[in-house]
Amino acid sequence: MVIKRILATLFVTLWSVFVLLPLLWALVTSFKPPEAVNFGATYLPFVEFTPNLDGWSAIFGGGGATTNLVPPLFNSVAITFGAAAISLVLGTVTSYGLSRFRYKAGFIKNQDIVFFFISQRIMPPIVLSFPFFLMLRNLGLLDTRSGLILVSIAGLLPIVVWLMVDFFNGIPKELDEMAMLEGYSPFEVFGRVILPLMAPGLTVAGMFAVIFGWNDFFYPLVLTFGQIVTLPVAIVSLNATITPYWTLSAAAIFAILPLIAFAFAIERFLSKGSLSGAVR
Amino acid sequence: MNKVYGRLFLFPGLITLIAIIIFPLFFTIALTFSNWSVANAGFDWVGGRNWAAMANNERFWDSMVRLIPLSFLTVLIQYVLGFAIAMIAWQGIAARRFFRVLWLVPMMTTPVVMSVVWKSIFNETVGPVNDVVTGLGFSPVSWLSETVPAMFAIMVAEVWQWTPFMFLLLLAGLLSLPKEPFLAAAIDGAGPLRTFFNVTLPMMAPVSIGAIIIRLIEASKIFDTVYAMTNGGPGSSTETPTYYIYLTGLRNFDLANGATLSITYLIVFIALLTIIAQVLSRLSRPKGV
Repeated sequence: MVIKRILATLFVTLWSVFVLLPLLWALVTSFKPPEAVNFGATYLPFVEFTPNLDGWSAIFGGGGATTNLVPPLFNSVAITFGAAAISLVLGTVTSYGLSRFRYKAGFIKNQDIVFFFISQRIMPPIVLSFPFFLMLRNLGLLDTRSGLILVSIAGLLPIVVWLMVDFFNGIPKELDEMAMLEGYSPFEVFGRVILPLMAPGLTVAGMFAVIFGWNDFFYPLVLTFGQIVTLPVAIVSLNATITPYWTLSAAAIFAILPLIAFAFAIERFLSKGSLSGAVR
Repeated sequence: MNKVYGRLFLFPGLITLIAIIIFPLFFTIALTFSNWSVANAGFDWVGGRNWAAMANNERFWDSMVRLIPLSFLTVLIQYVLGFAIAMIAWQGIAARRFFRVLWLVPMMTTPVVMSVVWKSIFNETVGPVNDVVTGLGFSPVSWLSETVPAMFAIMVAEVWQWTPFMFLLLLAGLLSLPKEPFLAAAIDGAGPLRTFFNVTLPMMAPVSIGAIIIRLIEASKIFDTVYAMTNGGPGSSTETPTYYIYLTGLRNFDLANGATLSITYLIVFIALLTIIAQVLSRLSRPKGV
């Protein structure tokens, strides 16, 4: 029993260190002066080097740098929240339909339609990238925010439907029937009775949609060419040029911070119950 | 009346999905029978020529085989580690909320940005990994310019990034297990190891299979890590299918061949996933039933 305790503690410690190390490394490096980087690895600020803010000012155009990560931040926020919002609206309405109405077209029934939605997560983005590229070019949407929002929906809508159908199924149908008897139309039942009860579900689905949207790199990479730069693309292009490590690390921290802040802000909405519903 | 309302709810999402996934998919399939490229845009039908080229494209098949270490093996490692962490979190540790949040942080970070960080960590001259390696008295390893170390570096980044996801799914599974079988095992005097292999693991089989399949689906699309850390190099020795197809179709704009490779990849990938799902569910079936 004691040995088991020790092993478990050791494992927890090792894993936590492993999880923290890359983040700490980037954080520490972002404050390093050149001599703390160029002559081999250093770890402890104030002991091995005097931290400065050169890296952080360089990502906002300071110190004669040509980089400014504020426009990419704005693009990422606009695209992520635009695509997540549209997917959430479309997905929620569709999920409500799939949870409350019965559809039949030949051998296709409700659960087949649900599976059809979920299975679209299997589709590798590379397969769709060719038609997306040609379609967006013909529509004049290549290298625009609207174009990226449009294609992002393809990845986010399945996630929303996958999560929301379960959440709607968790709310008893009798509630709908009672509201109908009161004389509500199906739209009113959906909007005024059921939707207000869906806050946990909408939070989980919205959070997943934002995470996946924010972290997407492939579509912005192949469908933009410098006009619209998202944060991940901006960081990778910094990586491709000769960018000093302190600037690169500051940029990396800057790119992941908004999502972590968002996750912490929204975390308190995730009760244990909603979490277990999310992964079924 | 009800039918009309039902359709009004279903159709916006369904039509959007068909318009932006199914229609493009058929477009890609049509591309495979054309010779659409940057010099020759438009549907010029060439029959099965691209498909014959695909079958003989060794670089493509090499990239497919590379998914065995880069996706399958990494998912297996993620599963084992994720299960171990989930077991510890499930049985209760001090400061449980703190650790749960900490362990989920990698999931929130952008994979391609973390790949850039990992690249700096594995830097051969000024990175901390080689600092430790030389500190231990070994000669420095060329992490990103030799095949095997480069694969290892990519796998480390992938394990770091996605084990939390495995942990989350498995922990949710563990939390929803019924208590009675564990009580029965305790009454029968089963030790922790026997309880784990005869009670916990079999009861977790459905969740495990689900988690492994979800991760395999995502892991087989591996692109970001390779793009940011090695660019498929050295040579083409860490190229994955998505990366190679991207080079063919969207860098060299040989759209017809790129489309053919991507459809092949999709077919092989779905076939393999189906087989794996079948094998896993057969293996996890209780013996003697």
